[in-house]
Amino acid sequence: MTVAVEKPETPQKTQEPAPPATRVRRVSRRTMVAAILVAWLVLFALLRGKQTLTLAAADLTDLHRWFNDLNDSIGANRNSNPLFLYFFNEIRLVIDNLVTFVQELISQPSGDRPVPQIGWLGVVGITGYVSWAVGNWRVALLAVAGFTFLGLQGLWQESMDTLALTLSAVFVALLFAIPLGVWAGLNDRFNRIVTPFLDFMQTMPTFVYLAPMTLFFLIGPASATIATVIYAAPPAIRITAHAIRSVPETTVEAADSMGATQRQALLKVLLPMSKRTVVMGVNQSIMAALAMVTITALIDAPGLGKTVLQALQSLDVGTAFNAGLAIVVLAIVLDRVTTAASTREEAARKSSGRFLAWRRPLLGAGAAVTAVLVYMSHTYLWAAEFPGEGTTGSKIASAADTATTWAQDNLSGLTNAFRDAITNGLLNPFQSLLTDSPWWLVGAALIGLGVVLGGPRAAITTVVCVGLLVGTGVWSDAMTTLASTAVATVLVMLLGIVFGVWMGRSPLVDRLMRPTLDAAQVMPPFVYLVPFLALFGATRFTAIVAAIVYAAPVATKIIADGVRNVPATTVEAATSAGCNTWQIITKVQLPMARGALTLATNQGLIYVLSMVVVGGLVGAGALGYDVVAGFSQGQLYGKGLAAGLAIVLLGVMFDRITQAAARRTSA
Amino acid sequence: MARQARQWRVGVAGIAGAAVIGLTLSACGGTKVGDSSSDAGGSAGSDKCDTFNLAVNPWVGYEANAAVLAHVAEKDLGCKVTKKDLKEEIAWQGFGTGEVDAVVENWGHDDLKKKYITDQKTAVDAGATGNEGLIGWYVPPWLAEAHPDILDWNNLNKYAAKFKTSESGGKGQLLDGDPSFVTNDEALVKNLKLDYKVVYAGSETALIQAFRKAEKNKEWVIGYFYEPQWFMSEVPLKKIKLPEYKAGCDADAEKVACDYPVYKLDKIVSKKFAESGSPAYDLVKNFTWTNDDQNVVAKYIAVDKMTPEAAAEKWVAANRDKVDAWIK
Repeated sequence: MTVAVEKPETPQKTQEPAPPATRVRRVSRRTMVAAILVAWLVLFALLRGKQTLTLAAADLTDLHRWFNDLNDSIGANRNSNPLFLYFFNEIRLVIDNLVTFVQELISQPSGDRPVPQIGWLGVVGITGYVSWAVGNWRVALLAVAGFTFLGLQGLWQESMDTLALTLSAVFVALLFAIPLGVWAGLNDRFNRIVTPFLDFMQTMPTFVYLAPMTLFFLIGPASATIATVIYAAPPAIRITAHAIRSVPETTVEAADSMGATQRQALLKVLLPMSKRTVVMGVNQSIMAALAMVTITALIDAPGLGKTVLQALQSLDVGTAFNAGLAIVVLAIVLDRVTTAASTREEAARKSSGRFLAWRRPLLGAGAAVTAVLVYMSHTYLWAAEFPGEGTTGSKIASAADTATTWAQDNLSGLTNAFRDAITNGLLNPFQSLLTDSPWWLVGAALIGLGVVLGGPRAAITTVVCVGLLVGTGVWSDAMTTLASTAVATVLVMLLGIVFGVWMGRSPLVDRLMRPTLDAAQVMPPFVYLVPFLALFGATRFTAIVAAIVYAAPVATKIIADGVRNVPATTVEAATSAGCNTWQIITKVQLPMARGALTLATNQGLIYVLSMVVVGGLVGAGALGYDVVAGFSQGQLYGKGLAAGLAIVLLGVMFDRITQAAARRTSA
Repeated sequence: MARQARQWRVGVAGIAGAAVIGLTLSACGGTKVGDSSSDAGGSAGSDKCDTFNLAVNPWVGYEANAAVLAHVAEKDLGCKVTKKDLKEEIAWQGFGTGEVDAVVENWGHDDLKKKYITDQKTAVDAGATGNEGLIGWYVPPWLAEAHPDILDWNNLNKYAAKFKTSESGGKGQLLDGDPSFVTNDEALVKNLKLDYKVVYAGSETALIQAFRKAEKNKEWVIGYFYEPQWFMSEVPLKKIKLPEYKAGCDADAEKVACDYPVYKLDKIVSKKFAESGSPAYDLVKNFTWTNDDQNVVAKYIAVDKMTPEAAAEKWVAANRDKVDAWIK
């Protein structure tokens, strides 16, 4: 292996006597990658089909059985174990009370009342008032319009259940996330310790811990909230830590020299200065929580997710779309309000002082009006229950139905040809290379690529991940998943570059496309499974398309940002040198946005991986199917858990390699 | 401090003003919450019936059972029914924790029966639903009509090439569905020496969509399916004859080479619920109906897009005699 890697490197150096140092390294690295791939292909041809570690769908390894037994013994002993009686049950009680309290406030009948304490008018009033107070009047208008739209869709109660659960989960998540984030920001060692745990929490498919969640915390909102907390806390922790770390060192030193204690420095300098970024962490936490809405509906979490899942059972695309749209509306409102909140102080500082003088009385008056609205919605039926039949919702549903039926009838032939081309030309060869090679060959190739692209530290991570992947007993499935994931990422990057460059070069395109990208990211994948199944059948390709819909927006946004950040003077210089548009893009803008491209690849891959389980529902098989099966069948629980671990390992491996590669290219 | 005080004054004045406006409005405000208390408690329940926690497993046939049972429990027995949307495995878990009282359409699941009825003793059998569950391999009607001999498994290899897809690696594709379904298909393919590969669609949705499309566009699809199922009323799939089932021929999962048995679908309840003396338990125990009954309600829900509640109400109104037999 090493001989094959080193060979092409030496002549390179002798042929070019004095090139710039960076150039040598880049060229040789590319050649080394090529050499690894050639060596892999040669050995694959020789050793095809040997030592592939395949495992049939119903087969288990000892590790899987051990997980099963562990799961069973927890279930059997939960009423006698003190850990349950005094720890898990207490947690559950607290969370359950919190969720029930919020639900009775805005979504569920409370006590003798047939309606919640605050009806729709009150909720809309509070939303508008709070959005205005923390943001500005424009987002307040958006929030009021958005929430009213939820009612018009005929989904008021479902939306409020979702909102109640999201708010409770985000509240609990922040309770832990902000202190932990501050700690991680102040202490590098703690940061290093906590990072792998955060990776784990974000990449482990929720399906894997959904079943144990009900074992620990019973069925219902408490389990759903805790599952959501696990997924929603990491972004807030990471961003808080990042915020604390980005406070300029000179400011901290100045505080120190003034004799501030550590506590004072934290409370008076670090926290206030990082407030803006911390609010962005809250924003990310809310978005992550909303992504869990449909998944937690599988363990009886109330809200819009239930509507989506139930519609899916009878393949009712329209109803599922209507509920999905409500989730998108909620997400957009909450996103815009929190974003406005994070920039409010800056905006306020810029605006004139006269307005500030008026602000206080206006806030007071607003509070009064809101109080009246809340009181009325508490007292009168018309203000408590959203009036009307939600006819907008049924109109949206039937429009969505018509659109999908049209697409299914007219595009099916086209899509099948496209599917077969990608499957036969790209996916199948790649998959057989990964699954039919002996496991040690694939492992060695991955480690080799890790060394070349990411350097020695990334290589160590790769060695550990490959070893653990073999240990999970689902190696072959992991390789199948890896093949689809890689193909999906390639397609994501193609789309990302095309649209990202377009958006980066034209602010108008950017403004037009951004809402669509936001919606694609937040719309629950369960909604578009049915039309995709009709277009592409139950195949691996359908899973790839679903992953692209979810991952391409992120990559596009990052690339657009990178292209926009290329200094205008550089582009002007190239234009005056006579470059045409194509040359500017390929020779100037893309090379200079290389850092953004690597980051986009990294994020694209992670997002694609997070769709593996959804892929398992539409015919992708492999790890995704294993995870879903583990959630559905007791005897496959352990295998599902192992498959979930394998997804995490793939994620960690690629994250470390691409990040190290990004550091090396930008250095 | 002074500024803060002023802020407070503004706030208090605002709230006072609000209260005044609120009171004025209340004079002309319309129906108040709690005014219409007359319709509550008007139902016939003489026996005391507490909350009835009914698990709803994710397929429409089950939903039909649950909807009708919930409707009768609410309207005739005056119970407070809490429906819980759960997959089978998790629903059974709920028996032990008191979160689930009844599962009202169980398909086999001997592993769960052993775990929760025999070992943990948290669940008990509450008898058959009257529905007969058929599991097997099905093809779309157009295919059965065009090639009638395909309905015998002996001829399947003849057509294997026709069922090839991008997923089946050169063999014929046998499409399987949701992982929670009871299936021996991999063993069957191997032991019957069929030139097919089992491809897991991963969900019932994917399976139905595949058959729907196959019938519409005359495509070749063969796959796992089951009855009773609402989709049969839209596309009446044809079942393929496999080697006949004999008791015990499926004892060894590796060596299965026979058809699936006819499942007597049954109801499972938690032990606590069975001993509670709740009228809802008697209802669950007495509940039986036919495949046709279930298909009607399932069709109301899935095809006519009625809510489960409305579908149940419609069926109960038309079948009062059957319902009365459950609650006599």
